Amino acid sequence: MIGIGRIARLACGLLAAGLSLAAPAQAQEKPALVFTGIPDQDESRLVERFGKVAQYLEGKLGVPVRYVPVKSYPAAVTAFTNGQVQLAWFGGFTGVQARKAVPGSQAIAQGAEDAAFRFYLIANAATGLTRSTELPKAIAGKTFTFGARASTSGRLMPEYTLRQNFPGQSPDQIFSRVGFSGDHSRTIQLVQSGAFEVGAVDYSVWDLDSKAGKIDPKAVSVIWESAPFPDYQWTVRGDVEKTYGAGFTDKLRAALVGITDPTILEPFGRSKFIPVSNAAYEPLIEVGKATGLLD
Amino acid sequence: MRLTMPVPGYRGISGWFALAALACLPVADLHVTTLHPLADLMRLLGGLVRPDFPAVEGWSVVYTVAFAVLGVSVGAGTGLALAIPFARSRTVRLACAALRSVHELFWALLLMQVFGLSATTGVLAIALPYAGICAKVYSEIIEEADLSALRVLPPGTGAVSAFAFARLPDLAGRFADYTLYRLECGMRSSLVLGFIGLPTMGFTLESAFRQGRYAEAGALLLVFYALIGTRRLWVRGWSVPLLVVGAAIALPPSVGHADVGPSLVRFFTHDIVPAPLRAGDGTPASLWAWFRPILTEQILPGTAQTLILAQIALVVTALGALVLFPLTARRFAGPVGRPFGRVLLVVVRSTPEYMLAYLCLQLLGPSMLPAIIALSLHNAGIIGYLMGRHADAIPYRADAPTGLDLYAYETLPRLYGQFLAFLLYRWELILRESAIFGILGVTTLGFYVDAAISELRLDVAVVLIAATALVTVAVDAFSRTLRRTLRINDLPTRLSGPQAAACGEGG
Repeated sequence: MIGIGRIARLACGLLAAGLSLAAPAQAQEKPALVFTGIPDQDESRLVERFGKVAQYLEGKLGVPVRYVPVKSYPAAVTAFTNGQVQLAWFGGFTGVQARKAVPGSQAIAQGAEDAAFRFYLIANAATGLTRSTELPKAIAGKTFTFGARASTSGRLMPEYTLRQNFPGQSPDQIFSRVGFSGDHSRTIQLVQSGAFEVGAVDYSVWDLDSKAGKIDPKAVSVIWESAPFPDYQWTVRGDVEKTYGAGFTDKLRAALVGITDPTILEPFGRSKFIPVSNAAYEPLIEVGKATGLLD
Repeated sequence: MRLTMPVPGYRGISGWFALAALACLPVADLHVTTLHPLADLMRLLGGLVRPDFPAVEGWSVVYTVAFAVLGVSVGAGTGLALAIPFARSRTVRLACAALRSVHELFWALLLMQVFGLSATTGVLAIALPYAGICAKVYSEIIEEADLSALRVLPPGTGAVSAFAFARLPDLAGRFADYTLYRLECGMRSSLVLGFIGLPTMGFTLESAFRQGRYAEAGALLLVFYALIGTRRLWVRGWSVPLLVVGAAIALPPSVGHADVGPSLVRFFTHDIVPAPLRAGDGTPASLWAWFRPILTEQILPGTAQTLILAQIALVVTALGALVLFPLTARRFAGPVGRPFGRVLLVVVRSTPEYMLAYLCLQLLGPSMLPAIIALSLHNAGIIGYLMGRHADAIPYRADAPTGLDLYAYETLPRLYGQFLAFLLYRWELILRESAIFGILGVTTLGFYVDAAISELRLDVAVVLIAATALVTVAVDAFSRTLRRTLRINDLPTRLSGPQAAACGEGG
């Protein structure tokens, strides 16, 4: 009998749980504008920068603004695709992916530095590789780490560049081992510790981590700087106009471009934000197709 | 030679397994790529010794429990409903096999596409595979149970009444034991879901590990061990409804809401539709052209790596269990050593393999070695613990030898069938985990799933997950055949029960 009682109570509990799960989200007066960003570096820095952006945008836009942290690049794209977030700070490639998946979405602002972004090839001191203007062919046969798989400056552009410099060879064939560190801060740590001999890293994260004293110049250094390419940008869903009224996209762009507070810009490693359009990222679509990362 | 073996075939099977693992070694990637693994390990242990408890975010603990309680409740409830037709319906059996052959993390990655980073994703990611597992185990419990009450029912009693009044009273206790064990697994699953973004303890744990905040990580781990270690205190008959209702209330508020309807439609009619079909080209030739590289460049190498990892891990697990189980057996460890041995094995078993693998990968770099260590530690802990209990239950002669003689000439031979049963049973689970470790960078099937998801090729991801499920089901079937051949299929293999004799499925 005890058993039956227990099961019956479990059933009641289940029912309650089911109801609460099924209860639709109560629509608020003003639904919060929710945004995310690709987790490209140390999480503490992300929390700092996006917390400040949320606060700033809330003041400028007059709607509640919330930041959702995610653990991976595709999770940021997914949150944008399924409508959980309306706004996102994407890398060049994730932005292309997201705008392809959500018709009507727009790139609205990029950092001033993002129009001509770069990646660095960095190497552990033990390799003996030194800085050069030509991509050093001596990296062949070393161990190599990209950043995240869907990173522009940590994967897409480095892979494209490598394929051009080593014709007919994929990274797996050029290097003795290829890894994906997950983010740029981690790439720097891995090359610095010698876990990988060479790596590709976002130049802005390198500079930020450099300033923060996280890099030991005796252990790891930049050996090559890439040609410029377009990278990070704020992308917004097309349906925000329906939710927050016509002209909201422009208002949002103006708010982002109007950020002058260095305490917000510094953790981004950007001097200011400037307006941008989808067209600026078309070169990346071609690169994505050429590397097989995009259909 | 066979004279020493209680049942012919134990030696053969063991030999073949060991040989297969040895053959795998040369092709397995076992490099240590980091330069200072020991220094990092010391820092990590330092964190465990000096935990920073104030850094633990209370809500992440609550959410971890809430996802586990609700996920297991929904899963067990559905499992119970499915257990009744389980033995009769092939469809139900297949559906359950499909549900449980897909890892919680894969479920979560798929559910996230539709439900976003929300409580629904967290609860369903646990509930779906657990429904499949519970249905199978509950049905086994039903089949093993006493039928005498059923025989005295008047003719014409309905199936539901018969089940509720003649069978449930007998079965409820064992269901409860197994469900409690499932809750323990659910806690581990819930924690691990944090690694991909749900707001459980795994979320902060991942950040803490990644950024080297080991004191915070140590505190989180100790809190987690305390939760698991005290589960029998807070999960009681009377507290279950409180827990379930409390968990439902305490679920994290979702920040932003995914458009579930449109996302669901897009997921099924666009995202997971094979690319050529989506482009309107459904000819077999174009489908084959799409599928062939997935098969030859991802499924086949991924499966090979998954099997290699699982094979080596299984044999290392076996060796580990043989070394560890005396630590928890009275005759070997003695009254002083045994409690220590038990605590050690409970800690090892409570640590989710995925987290252990994540940690070992941070320390040793991305190769198969950390994955083998994680799988073997966790599973050797579980099997060692169970073997220890069995060893204590053996009736020994008064003049039984002691020490190594007892171990080699009496305990081990008498437990060997049981030992093989445990190992073969855990094979499928080790394989499932081996596949998922790909997400962490080992080139098993999960590696390619992670790549496909990063490239937003969900059609490819789903094919790969289905292939993983098929491999899991095949290994499970092979393991069952072996257990039948060795006539060890009736030995207890679950670890839910309070006694070794009534032991459940791991996970």
